[in-house]
Amino acid sequence: MLRLLKDTLVSQVVTLWKVFLHAFDKTDTVEYPDVKPQMFSRWRGRIILSRDPDGEERCVACNLCAVACPVDCIALQKAEDEEGRWYPEFFRINFSRCIMCGFCEEACPTHAIQLTPDFEMAEYVRQDMVWEKEDLLINGTGKYHDYNFYRIAGKKIGGKDKGEARNEAVPVNVRSLLP
Amino acid sequence: MRFEVGSALSIGAILFTVIIVAAMLIWVERRLLGLWQERLGPNRVGPFGLLQVVADMIKIFAKEDWVPPFADRFSFLLAPPIIMVVILMSFSVIPFAPGVGVIDSDIGVLFVLAMASLGAYSVMLGGLSSNNKYALLGSLRAAAQMVSYEVFMGISLLGVVALAGTFNLREIVLSQADGWYILPQCVGFVIFLIAGVAESHRLPFDIPEAEQEIVAGYHTEYSGMKFGMFFVGEYLGVVLVSSLIVVLFFGGWLGPAFLPPIVCFVLKASVFVAFFVLLRAAIPRPRYDQLMNYGWLFLLPLSLLNLLLTGAFVLWQEGM
Amino acid sequence: MAKISVDGIKYEVNAANNLLQECLSQGLDLPYFCWHPCMGSVGACRQCAVKQYRNAEDTTGTLVMACMTPVTDGGLYSIQDSQAVDFRSHVIESLMISHPHDCPVCEEGGECHLQDMTQMSGHNYRRYDFQKVTHRNQDLGPFINHEMNRCIACYRCVRFYGDYAGGTDLVALASHHHVYFGRHEEGTLESEFSGNLVEVCPTGVFTDKTFSAHYSRKWDLQTAPSICTGCGAGCNTTPGERYGSLRRVVNRYHHDLNGYFLCDRGRFGYDANNSAERVKEALFVQAQINGNAEVPARKPLSATEAARQFNAMAGGDVIGIGSPRASLESNIALQQRVGAENFYPGINDDELASAREVLALMREPGLHCPDIRSLEQSDCVLVVNEDLTNTAARMALALRQATRNAATTMAAAARIPAWQDAAVRELAQHERSPLIILSPQGTRLDDVASDTFLGSVARQVQLLEAIAHCLDPEYSVSSRDPSLTSRAKAIAQALSAARRPCIVSGISAQSTALVRASGNLARALQKARKGDADAPVGLCFAMPEANTLGLVLLAESTGNTLSGALQRLAQKRADAAVVLENDLFRRAATAEVAQALAGHTPLIVIDHLHNAFNARARLLLPAASPSESNGTWVNYEGRAQSAYRVFAPAEPVRAAYEWLTPADPVLLPSISSEEILAQFADAHSAFAVLKDLLPHRLGLSAVMKSPRQLPRYSGRTAMQANSHVHEYRQTQDPQSPLSFSMEGVPLQKDASLLSAAWAPGWNSNQAISKFQDEINGELRQGCKGVHLLQSGQAQASYAPIVLPSEGDLAPYFIEHLFGSEEISAKAVAIQARTVGPYACIGEALAQTLGVAQHGRILLKAGERQVQLPVLIRQRIAPGSIGIYCAGELDRYSLAGGVTVEAVPEAPDLLLRSREMFRHLVISDSWQGRDES
Repeated sequence: MLRLLKDTLVSQVVTLWKVFLHAFDKTDTVEYPDVKPQMFSRWRGRIILSRDPDGEERCVACNLCAVACPVDCIALQKAEDEEGRWYPEFFRINFSRCIMCGFCEEACPTHAIQLTPDFEMAEYVRQDMVWEKEDLLINGTGKYHDYNFYRIAGKKIGGKDKGEARNEAVPVNVRSLLP
Repeated sequence: MRFEVGSALSIGAILFTVIIVAAMLIWVERRLLGLWQERLGPNRVGPFGLLQVVADMIKIFAKEDWVPPFADRFSFLLAPPIIMVVILMSFSVIPFAPGVGVIDSDIGVLFVLAMASLGAYSVMLGGLSSNNKYALLGSLRAAAQMVSYEVFMGISLLGVVALAGTFNLREIVLSQADGWYILPQCVGFVIFLIAGVAESHRLPFDIPEAEQEIVAGYHTEYSGMKFGMFFVGEYLGVVLVSSLIVVLFFGGWLGPAFLPPIVCFVLKASVFVAFFVLLRAAIPRPRYDQLMNYGWLFLLPLSLLNLLLTGAFVLWQEGM
Repeated sequence: MAKISVDGIKYEVNAANNLLQECLSQGLDLPYFCWHPCMGSVGACRQCAVKQYRNAEDTTGTLVMACMTPVTDGGLYSIQDSQAVDFRSHVIESLMISHPHDCPVCEEGGECHLQDMTQMSGHNYRRYDFQKVTHRNQDLGPFINHEMNRCIACYRCVRFYGDYAGGTDLVALASHHHVYFGRHEEGTLESEFSGNLVEVCPTGVFTDKTFSAHYSRKWDLQTAPSICTGCGAGCNTTPGERYGSLRRVVNRYHHDLNGYFLCDRGRFGYDANNSAERVKEALFVQAQINGNAEVPARKPLSATEAARQFNAMAGGDVIGIGSPRASLESNIALQQRVGAENFYPGINDDELASAREVLALMREPGLHCPDIRSLEQSDCVLVVNEDLTNTAARMALALRQATRNAATTMAAAARIPAWQDAAVRELAQHERSPLIILSPQGTRLDDVASDTFLGSVARQVQLLEAIAHCLDPEYSVSSRDPSLTSRAKAIAQALSAARRPCIVSGISAQSTALVRASGNLARALQKARKGDADAPVGLCFAMPEANTLGLVLLAESTGNTLSGALQRLAQKRADAAVVLENDLFRRAATAEVAQALAGHTPLIVIDHLHNAFNARARLLLPAASPSESNGTWVNYEGRAQSAYRVFAPAEPVRAAYEWLTPADPVLLPSISSEEILAQFADAHSAFAVLKDLLPHRLGLSAVMKSPRQLPRYSGRTAMQANSHVHEYRQTQDPQSPLSFSMEGVPLQKDASLLSAAWAPGWNSNQAISKFQDEINGELRQGCKGVHLLQSGQAQASYAPIVLPSEGDLAPYFIEHLFGSEEISAKAVAIQARTVGPYACIGEALAQTLGVAQHGRILLKAGERQVQLPVLIRQRIAPGSIGIYCAGELDRYSLAGGVTVEAVPEAPDLLLRSREMFRHLVISDSWQGRDES
């Protein structure tokens, strides 16, 4: 009986009291937009496309971000310059569908697509939330400063011949008989 | 025109005040919930967000007055006013202060109980006429809950009535001049409090409108001012139950001499209104079967025991 | 049947196969690279190592290569054994040491066998920190991209290209870790099957260059099961679409037909779909006031206007001209619209006559029409006149395999299993099954031919008759040539010695005599074999277009011919003419067509590419291409197969049957292709089997659709967001068993509508093994198509033959894989391999005329004169001249016979001709074993 009382009545009263004591605690609410919140650098906000340390587009249009996207809001088309470098002919993100999950950033093998702390992206017209490559591309390396995919990958591009990537030997001379 | 019980001025003032207070409770509740949940609550409209109620009113009045085509139109329209009317009627017997009241009735307690029983019709009609499975479930739950808890609400009051020897609420208040009934009737108070929460289906006993389970229960299909009436009715209920507690157990307007009686009453009632909000902030909703078991298997025997003991005490006192 | 145990689980397997193949047949995951289901084992990559135990007591076991291990009854094996797992992970690690870390910029990424196998073997982190070997790439022509760094040296490419497809210009160069797979110098890959390198290569060394130009990952392609419309072989393909354009075509496994391989016309011809010459608007010729004069001008119409206009014009007595390159549904719709008596087959009269002869032969009970797999199994093949490599290339590839049956027989005698590829080749050396080729010029199969006979059509007919006479002395020869007797005897002997002889011909020569002679030979052979019912004589005829046989079957009930239609038009005996997907200038002599057009009968053409003929139409309606519409195609065997639309074209482009069916263009919807087929099959008992093709017969799809998109299809909510942020509704096609989305019956449960093969862990095309009931077996629940030709009454008697008369210089018409077919010739990549019209003459004639190689000659046929560059060939029938029309020359006005004159050389023209002939691949280097 006492146990029942304790479980039913006393615990309820204790709960009421403890909740009541919250009246004297500080409120956690930040009064945005009067007070601007301090965002963390790894906050998953607006998506950008970055450039490599040489100032070239990092995106190689591999489509991995698009396939990783759970809401399928990324669409792009691969194009290739005369010297073999891949780049996106168009790169479109429909931010009205984006859920800022950051899977695209995790999938990106070249650190091209990155999420930034900017979260103020509301628009009055939904069509304005469709961003093309021109809107997404920034003039910098974003969060990752040194990575340059083409310096590591073995594909030949303008300014980097076969055998010039990291850890590569000079191209084989097929006609040589030397071991 | 004199300000006395039953005068037009008194009636008007009470009606006006009660409705305004009920409306303001919307804001009070949200602010208090914020306070206890370490949030701010509405603070954007007007000073301290006080005009939030006005904004809500404008919204609710401006909404389309819409009746679902599949609903039973007559009873659908009838349901919301019933709850407003019966609760406002209940206020007529509440003695707010000497000279402040609508009528001075000898059957005040019975009248309040009768009106509370009528309130069940509103909920029943609203749910049934909506022709919606969630509304039906909500109204069934509400009917069962209200009918059940009315039983021991009444029984729990009988202790007070026995002690005071009258059903007249004004006389009950006056009979507490030597001591509030909270002391002899503390068990009755707890039962009445619980039953009062259940009667006004407030959290934690908002099973008829549990939004996690049945959308919004009996008022799922309601919108606009018809929903507003249910909504304000609920807050009127809160005020009514708080007032009744004050009248029955806490000596009504009686208090220190330096305070005017009406202020004393309002202060006491405010504490219980705040307590109702605290309940909402702290206690989770029980399951439906738990609610019914609790009522019939625990509260009913307890209230009967309380009545038995009080009766025995009164008889023993008379015998002396 | 043998019982084996793998990891403690017992399996019943085929003892004739190797362990790897049987493990895969059982659905087990075992990594491999060098083994290919069609090419056997060489044990080069060491990736398929498993543990083999001597008996139940043996707990140590031995590591063996599954692909080199014959299955033995009661064998105990383990794939999961830790030592085997460890071994495989080390092998893949060493294969990967020079792999260039470029998957994101690799066309193979996402459908890469190497990626799958690396995952499967558990290698995920690179430890090797020394320098990677690198290679320079070669430009391998317009089809294939080369990225040698990615190579893991599995040797599959050269085994396919050289050993399987007979190509000579892709080899393994250098040695040890410098080994290089390429040509001796940069240049276009010569083989007609080079495109298969893309699918054979387990990684991205050889990738599809045309696909790369508008690249999309495999998972992003919307695909549907389709049929190649490049020729009449009926190969199964999977075209893929993205952003509204066709991106590529890959092989779709069909057990009886194409198996794992396609020809380059089928693979790269798809780009015609994206051609700038596509008809994208409905065009109507209207008189327009220009100044004071009324000038007819073409005005674009909206779809509804066009449909209204069509209905207004196509009322009354209307002629309908069908097409062999339109689907059966479109032809049926046209036939029903105009009535059977007004429906004319849109092929040349001679071709039609030949095709009708072929139909009669194929219905004959004693003969059977082999599918491509049966051709591969034939042990003696006689090719009559048809240059199969250029008219039905996939059949030529099959014949090349047929010549290996001698090797297989020898290997069986020496107890070497057939899958021991290197051993079998080593044993057989140059021993081949007989392949006898009769042709007016050297063909690309000559290198594996046991005998080639160069002769004009008339000479070939003579030879065929002589052979028939050798086999059946009762056969009376129409004209005897004693010089052919010894040859005929040898061939007759080879044919009668064979267990499964086949005679393969075609109708590209448009000669009924040839068809009859081939048929007579087959009858004689069958008679000589004493009517061996178990192995009837194979006789098949390659069909020039995807639906030639379907069209001929459809028009069989009436005796209508194209010339009849043209006459009616010329004599204005019709209110209008509807021409379905056809360029009549390619079907009849220019003069004849011009005369018909001069009749000024209102002409409505429904077509998907602009050409000279539909430029003359009063109303030109834009038709959907084969990959944009549903369709049934009847291949050379009379096998009807369904192709499903890969994507819906943008309005106003509609499938031809959609233009043709609605009685009221505004109020009534067009009838779906499925309904057209069902109604037609109900009404015509000969076509009743067509109902088996319809989706409601296909199990689950009756209630649930199959997806056209793979589960990972990306970008749905963004791909059209630039034009409209709200997503468009997916294309509706209620009758179709396929949906335009990712939702539907999981594909691994139902291969009947398999478009892109995919299975968990198997992203590459090798996933097909998960859908086969055994390796190289049939697709589970797969629909193989239905045969429209049933054996009719026995016709034992020989058909009479009238020997075609030939002048001094008999012209024959050259076909090229790239360029002869009308539609694929519009593809950009194919155009890089095409040549313009030319004439082909022998050295003797060249000397007489005094023409140098690539010089010019003047061709005269009656009134007609044309100057052509000359290709002088060593291997050409004497007294013949080959003419390649390239879709520009009118072959019908030249067919009667030509005379030739030399033209003085002009250096600039010579230079141009040389440039043109640079890419032309012919095989004159293969000297025939004896010349006629």
